[in-house]
Amino acid sequence: MSIGAKSVSGTGFDVERARADFPILQQKVHGKPLVYLDNAATTQKPRAVIDAISRYYEGTNSNVHRGVHYLSELATAEYESVREAARRFVNAADHKEIIFVRGTTEAINLVAQSYGRAHVGAGDEILITEMEHHSNIVPWQILCKERGATLRVAPIDDSGELDLEKFSALLGPKTKLVAVTHVSNALGTINPIRKIVEIAHSAGAPVLVDGAQAAPHLKVDVQGLGCDFYALSGHKIYGPTGIGILYGKTALLEKMPPYQGGGDMIMSVTFEKTVYNRLPYKFEAGTPDIAGVIGLGAALNYLTHLGIEQIGAHEHEVVRYATDAVSAIPSVRVIGTAKEKAGVVSFTLGDVHPHDIGTILDREGVAIRTGHHCSQPVMQHFGIEATARASFALYNTKEEVDALARAIEKVREVFA
Amino acid sequence: MSELRDLYQDVILEHSKAPRNYRVLPAANHKAEGFNPLCGDRFTVYVTTDGDAIKDISFQGSGCAISKASASMMTQIVKGKSTAEAEKLFDSFHKLVTGHASANGEAELGKLAVFSGVSEYPARVKCATLAWHTLHAALEGKQETTTE
Repeated sequence: MSIGAKSVSGTGFDVERARADFPILQQKVHGKPLVYLDNAATTQKPRAVIDAISRYYEGTNSNVHRGVHYLSELATAEYESVREAARRFVNAADHKEIIFVRGTTEAINLVAQSYGRAHVGAGDEILITEMEHHSNIVPWQILCKERGATLRVAPIDDSGELDLEKFSALLGPKTKLVAVTHVSNALGTINPIRKIVEIAHSAGAPVLVDGAQAAPHLKVDVQGLGCDFYALSGHKIYGPTGIGILYGKTALLEKMPPYQGGGDMIMSVTFEKTVYNRLPYKFEAGTPDIAGVIGLGAALNYLTHLGIEQIGAHEHEVVRYATDAVSAIPSVRVIGTAKEKAGVVSFTLGDVHPHDIGTILDREGVAIRTGHHCSQPVMQHFGIEATARASFALYNTKEEVDALARAIEKVREVFA
Repeated sequence: MSELRDLYQDVILEHSKAPRNYRVLPAANHKAEGFNPLCGDRFTVYVTTDGDAIKDISFQGSGCAISKASASMMTQIVKGKSTAEAEKLFDSFHKLVTGHASANGEAELGKLAVFSGVSEYPARVKCATLAWHTLHAALEGKQETTTE
């Protein structure tokens, strides 16, 4: 193991320069430099995002889409410019296909409640996979229960890869929708979405992709993937919490009933009849999180400026280094060994409970997530209660991986 | 390292590796399952009471070192006590791990004082108290409890 690897990675990505953009990373925790490896839970925010939110509240704050005054026009223009930036970020065909939501969870619930209620009936089926986050399981369970439909689950193998043959076999004329994650939050597995979409479409089923863990690491191209819906969270791509994006194909969104009723989503209201607004406003009831959208815009701008491919290449190198470093520690078992992975090294250490690992690492300044990661079925597959999960972002370095490995050695000392 | 040792004292590590009274109690007349949804820790506590006295107590399940050691040491200290005394110990123990211990309370906790380090780790208070919550539920006649 080469210790003390240089912080400018072999990919040419200047990680030290990027780190300087994140004020929070400069601090110490329990007297140790903060090593933040809980990025799959949420990423830290660059100065550009924090400043954009402050600037909005200090200089532009007003409601969107309804005022004729100066500030409202400014806020509306800025809000809508982020929709166009989001369209470019996921490569949607039209900005009308971008709906601002609270996050991936709300995006999935929107599709389950709106598309699902309109198209899923008794005896129908929804197909998901064994590696889904609870937020891509529970909304479908609720829908299935309401409609008398059945939730089918495509299994994973012991490396954490989706079994495509069994997935195909579970598809049929009753399948009304496939919901699948792009990247697994607990395992890091990258799913072959394009292939999954092809198979699902050939069976006549549209596909929703949970992109929460993919968007920070991979170039998202919804047209290239061919998926029908794509959901992502702003706070996992260096933006604020409480804001996210649902992409949906125009033809599907047009046919879907509104998700919530209220202001902004209507064209006209009388007590006899309400005419809904056009896309995307039909799905944006009430005053939106304007500051959140503007912060998200700054995050998209930041990512585009650094280059998502460059970020991905740097992270890939750090994750590979981390996988080697962690695997080399006696009694470590890495959970999730798919050939294609992004962002995550999940592991167990002998009989030591991940919670104890997390506490000891924290005292060394190393922040990781421990537990079931809202993916209890994944834990059940591997016959464990929980894992320790180190998850990586653009600002993580090989030196930080070394600190992680040293902290895991501390755990071994305490539990020797 | 010394700070960590305040939490992971030898007694705690030893109990977590070799928990006492770690078995099913077939004759138990009280039983409850305790669950910490945050981390998935799950214990079943079995109690045999005779009138107001805790005649026997055991537990089984999975959890971190803190929760397992706490369960193990709890079974040792409440065995032979009255249910009222056990509830009073729970109260003292809760105060201890949340940093509100009194001199009186600490004296009656005896060996359980090793858990005082938990008060420096707020995220771990629920680990330390899971077994106690479960015992409380069992004595109250509830089938299950959570730390939420």
